Amino acid sequence: MYKYDTYDQAMVDARVEEFRDQARRRLEGKLTEDQFKPLRLMNGLYLQLHAYMLRVAIPYGTLNSAQMTVLGDIADKYDRGYGHFTTRQNLQYNWIKLEDAADILADLAKVEMHAIQTSGNCIRNISSDHFAGASHDELIDPRPYAELLRQWSSFHPEFTYLPRKFKICVIAAEKDRAAMRLHDIGIQIVEQDGAIGARFYVGGGMGRTPMIAPMIREFVPLDQLITYAEACLRVYNRHGRRDNKYKARIKILVHELGKEEYTRQVEEEFAHMLDQGVEPPLAEIERLRTFFAPPAFEDGPKTLDRSDPDFALWVDRNTHRHRHDSYVSAVISLKPVGGIPGDATGDQMRLMAKLARAYSFDELRIMHTQNVVLPHVKIADLHALWTELDAAGLGAPNLDTIEDIIACPGLDYCSLANARSIPLAQRISERFAAKGKTEELGELKLKISGCINACGHHHAGHIGILGVDRKGKENFQLSLGGSEAEDVSLAKITGPGFDEDGVIDAVEKVTDVYLGAREGDERFLDTYRRIGMAPFKEALYG
Amino acid sequence: MKVLTGNDLKTGDVIWWTGSDWSRHVDDAGDVGDEGEEILAREEAARRVNVPYIIEASREDDGSVRPAHIKDRVRALGPTVRPDLTLKPKDPEALDWII
Repeated sequence: MYKYDTYDQAMVDARVEEFRDQARRRLEGKLTEDQFKPLRLMNGLYLQLHAYMLRVAIPYGTLNSAQMTVLGDIADKYDRGYGHFTTRQNLQYNWIKLEDAADILADLAKVEMHAIQTSGNCIRNISSDHFAGASHDELIDPRPYAELLRQWSSFHPEFTYLPRKFKICVIAAEKDRAAMRLHDIGIQIVEQDGAIGARFYVGGGMGRTPMIAPMIREFVPLDQLITYAEACLRVYNRHGRRDNKYKARIKILVHELGKEEYTRQVEEEFAHMLDQGVEPPLAEIERLRTFFAPPAFEDGPKTLDRSDPDFALWVDRNTHRHRHDSYVSAVISLKPVGGIPGDATGDQMRLMAKLARAYSFDELRIMHTQNVVLPHVKIADLHALWTELDAAGLGAPNLDTIEDIIACPGLDYCSLANARSIPLAQRISERFAAKGKTEELGELKLKISGCINACGHHHAGHIGILGVDRKGKENFQLSLGGSEAEDVSLAKITGPGFDEDGVIDAVEKVTDVYLGAREGDERFLDTYRRIGMAPFKEALYG
Repeated sequence: MKVLTGNDLKTGDVIWWTGSDWSRHVDDAGDVGDEGEEILAREEAARRVNVPYIIEASREDDGSVRPAHIKDRVRALGPTVRPDLTLKPKDPEALDWII
């Protein structure tokens, strides 16, 4: 994985000291909150319901064991013993003191981490496929390009004050495991006529106005990737609605201008920029590629002893086929039944770091579904790995099932939220696990957001739940038919909302409709698409 | 009643204006009547509170103070999903007060 050079380290160290001075001046009263707020947000420090919250960037979800260890140590030293992995492959600490914040950033900088651009109207953490560099089905490893985009977008003076926040995703497989088309820019690395290039999708997103990004360019040569991305941003920066926060995202611009006109302007800008030397030299991308060279895989056993049914179930559910047939990628579920999605204690983080060192060439990945991946595990080591995970409460065999729920922090932590997300996730996973229905339901992605900002990706859930405030009471809207994958679609609301008990019953009713109507190997989503909303509405409201 | 709340500047802790000082416990909150804006400006300028605001609340028969909105009740007690991190970790029924 990427290693900081002296420039990277100097920039991050300087930023820590700059923030230390800003925080000191705030505490001494030399800065007002109005003056300080944009400065702290540029360093990922929010003020939430109970305390300050620090969001730490995990570039394209990749980190090593030393970094994961420090994340666990920070949880214990400065927070209350845990952290929360987010749907942007980042980590949030919920109980931070302003007087500690600079020290935390200094601890992060020692392991090449920071919280820069995890807030504000700038280009946020670049996201990617959590199986990048490991999966059997990818064209190339997209992470050198994600890293190139990270370097280009870090401190980019032209894009530090965009109309609104901006999210970019890079994948290199046909299968979309990163919600690519629900990003402001989604880049899919593709092959065309023997050449590798980038397909650009622009103007997707969730939030209050969910949109699927349309494709605006089928193929951009990789040696023009940054120039084309910059052209996309430049048109947005010029015309984005700075007058109205709710219409300021690029998806609104692309929608209002129309895909054709937006694309025309991007192409015009791109042509103008091509001879201006925007693109980094080829040597730089070659240098970046060396950091992502595959580890020294060894041939070994390709089969395993499945006599332990619990282990066999975990293997079936939580491992993914690797590019090397003696290895798999193993998913550590942070969704124990009744647990808080995405939360991990300091001890669990340090254990995952230790296991990465022992079994996965020192590498971990964070999934946008709030789980953790050990990308390169020998099949021969799987049972030993599972044994350690299971003993630590990290062996839940539930990837992509109804127990593997995405939930934002919701009203338990977030100042923007209208309703609590986490208790719903806990109760739903408990109910389905207790009834033994999880396995029968198969792949079923349930996603919960506590407000319209949709951090819990409810628009993209096979079943989505949105918490709203209804006359001071929590109320929950149910939606069906969303997908963040290559078969991307936006979920549709079923009808009037429910209270907390009611929405849990409603989830069970729609799954019963599915089980009754399912044909063959259909997933919930397939059945919904075949039979439509009517039978589900009938069961809920009829 | 109207009460003042905000976060401690240094620690971020949720705090409530008692009438003469700030407390971590909502039950210590006092009614600020029409003086909320004045107190709020003075206390913020003195850096004794960060991002303060005025909320509606009610004084219950047992003397406790109940913020009108669920968001402020969550702030007052702590996250409902981590009873151990609330102000009443040994009283699981305390969470019923929030809902």
